[in-house]
Amino acid sequence: MRDLSGRIGMVDVALALALVAVGMVVSRVRRLDLEKDVAVATVRSFVQLLAVGYALDFVFGGHDSLTWVGLAVMVGVASWTAGRRARAVPGAVWVALASISVAAVGTLGVLLALGVIPAGPRAVLPLGSMVISNAMVTTGLVTTRLRDDLAAQRREVEARLSLGQTAAEAGGPWLRQALRTGMLPIIDNTKVVGLVALPGAMTGMILAGASPVAAIRLQLIVMYMLLGGNAFAALAAGELAMRRLFTPAHQLARTVRR
Amino acid sequence: MGDRFELIDVRVDGDDGPILSVPRARIAADGLTVVVGPSGAGKSTLLRLLNRLDDPDGGSVLFEGRDVRDYDVLDLRRRVQLVGQVPVTFPGTVADNLGVADPVPLLARVGLPGAIAGREADRLSVGEAQRMALARSLALSPEVLALDEPTSALDPGARAGIEQLVRSLADDGLTVVMVTHDERHAVELADHVLEVTPCAT
Repeated sequence: MRDLSGRIGMVDVALALALVAVGMVVSRVRRLDLEKDVAVATVRSFVQLLAVGYALDFVFGGHDSLTWVGLAVMVGVASWTAGRRARAVPGAVWVALASISVAAVGTLGVLLALGVIPAGPRAVLPLGSMVISNAMVTTGLVTTRLRDDLAAQRREVEARLSLGQTAAEAGGPWLRQALRTGMLPIIDNTKVVGLVALPGAMTGMILAGASPVAAIRLQLIVMYMLLGGNAFAALAAGELAMRRLFTPAHQLARTVRR
Repeated sequence: MGDRFELIDVRVDGDDGPILSVPRARIAADGLTVVVGPSGAGKSTLLRLLNRLDDPDGGSVLFEGRDVRDYDVLDLRRRVQLVGQVPVTFPGTVADNLGVADPVPLLARVGLPGAIAGREADRLSVGEAQRMALARSLALSPEVLALDEPTSALDPGARAGIEQLVRSLADDGLTVVMVTHDERHAVELADHVLEVTPCAT
């Protein structure tokens, strides 16, 4: 087999560092002032991935129960990140936590229940990380877009409320827009998959020596999982953000008005 | 006739201290009440309390003798119609905006020709749009019409027309509350004047 799994050593990694040196040289010669960022990125990626590699090795080595701890940590970090990005929305971290959890539980739950993937960490952790990181981006997009649009269009929103519309009716057009914004990138990605870029899961399996046809079967499952997870995350984030951006008395929240 | 609204020790807080403070005020059920005061005194904020687009941080607002918070808010908003400074048009025709089976009598009431019903709402002049916004509110048969500087975005000709219209709506028995920065309105148009003073900072 001329695949790569099992024959990459630390020496190979060190050799690949030569490519980072190219980035350093370009930055220096063109005075981009990015040398420090390149160095930090290189060191961070090394340390983070090394740690994750050993952690996964440990979990795969008979500590299956840690799978769920791993997922919880991912959901926590993703929620914090998405919540920080959307901090103009009151309680954004909680909105993100709920939305990302819904996406993770919804998709992994369905795949596990249908027996599409086995319950072990080798399937659940990598797939979970993909759902969670996608849901993180979606949640941030939907909540910030909704908040920004309501703030920009507050005159029209409040005119609708003044005519006796509910918060759901008055904010509806902008909620729809925010959901579209959150869901379109993944839909577009799914449309051109394989034509524009060979996606990560498939690339990884091919590099590891699997047959391309087996690789695409996994990739299809991944894409459909991401579409579903994205829909879960967008819907939850939109609905929950609406509750934070309007009061129970169908008023635009003060944070949106000032 | 009695009071439509009563404000008791009302205070609304902004980011840096109070933006509206009214120890006591009444809005009569009859005629046109004009709300005057220097800019920044919280006149627009006061109107927003009447239909609960905002709630006071202290004190209470009574509508027909009951706290506004005791009413169903959607019902309250239909009964107390607030029309903003800059007219808002929704997508579609004038008829779509009004949302009634026969828009012609409604348009006539605000001085617009019936033929305008089929026109795209975003093609109206500001003056026409302001009249349409009034018609849209009147379609809900409100008891109170609260107007936030309804003439400030208009040229002098359109302004006089709207002032006349507001006056005639008050004469027809509607409670009209109008915020203005135009001292003339208080003298020439008003049946009652409510003065709002800026909060001490």
